[in-house]
Amino acid sequence: MSMRTPLKNVRGLGSAKEGTTHWWHQKITAVALIPLFVIALAYLVSLVGADYERVRYILSLPFTSLVLLLLIGATFYHMKLGLQVVIEDYVRSEGSKMVLLLLNGFFCTVVGLASALAVLKLAFVGMM
Amino acid sequence: MVELALPKNSRVGTGKTHPKPEGATNTKAFNVYRWSPDDGENPAIDTYHVDLDDCGPMILDGLIKIKNEIDPTLTFRRSCREGICGSCAMNINGTNTLACTKGMDEVDGDVNIYPLPHQPVVKDLVPDLTNFYAQYASIKPWMQTQTPPPPDRERLQSKEDRAKLDGLYECILCACCSTSCPSYWWNSDRFLGPAVLLQAYRWLADSRDENTGERLDELEDPFRLYRCHTIMNCANTCPKGLNPAKAIAEIKKMMLERR
Repeated sequence: MSMRTPLKNVRGLGSAKEGTTHWWHQKITAVALIPLFVIALAYLVSLVGADYERVRYILSLPFTSLVLLLLIGATFYHMKLGLQVVIEDYVRSEGSKMVLLLLNGFFCTVVGLASALAVLKLAFVGMM
Repeated sequence: MVELALPKNSRVGTGKTHPKPEGATNTKAFNVYRWSPDDGENPAIDTYHVDLDDCGPMILDGLIKIKNEIDPTLTFRRSCREGICGSCAMNINGTNTLACTKGMDEVDGDVNIYPLPHQPVVKDLVPDLTNFYAQYASIKPWMQTQTPPPPDRERLQSKEDRAKLDGLYECILCACCSTSCPSYWWNSDRFLGPAVLLQAYRWLADSRDENTGERLDELEDPFRLYRCHTIMNCANTCPKGLNPAKAIAEIKKMMLERR
């Protein structure tokens, strides 16, 4: 039987005075992903049947690299923000919540950077 | 992880079926959630048959008839019987609503009645809303000002500013919306829920209140406000036809505006 008042429980540790940036960035990246995905898909479709050298050449062009880098940045940032909310919503124990939030951050950073690195390599070393 | 199945002592069994009233030709079956803290039994669904030819038109009339004539142990809250007190909020055929404003003719077939979802049950259809009321108290639902009121009259408000409270002041705090919200089910210890956030916006939108900034400070939190994922169950279920999701969106807009 808790001897705390209900109001004490509800007020808890107080307001974190943040969350607006997280929410707003999730909205912005969601909007940005629409045109980026359309352009990237158009490239993908136009490269159907192209040979290896042709694909490397197209991907190394400045505009393609730019689109892909923006797409990768927005995707993995959006994914990190979104998965964080899912974990906070559904995982009950503080311990596993903390571990999963860390793994989420690491995963999105590593895979995102690896993807960006692949694009950069094609852009700068691609035509050798 | 999230609670996917009910705990063992909450699994709902089959209860008693009370016989149809003799001579009644036009009856409706009420399947009602029953649980008592005193007998150590699991919850069960009891079935009652209500003679519609000898009963008022609303679901609440049926419940009162059952309590008066069939089973006086059936426990539920009710008071005004006209949709303004919010006492008889319950889950009727899958939707949280007020039993007193829900017509028998709006329900096809049997009437299935459960208490408001995901709240501790006191008995039968009576939920424990202690946490909900404490959350309401936490947003300080009263006018806060530095300027003292004029000595000779009330604080004035233009007609346009008064109109901004329409769609907010009508909330009767029945808790139908909050207890229909999955985000509130999973995180009601920290998420304020649609009803309390609508009430918070009612004071943010009030032209006479001078503590808007402090109120926003208190709400700006990943859990208190931002657990709302615009699921919209709140707007679908509100028996007064209000839109808590829109009020929450307005709070988020104010958060952006002040950056």
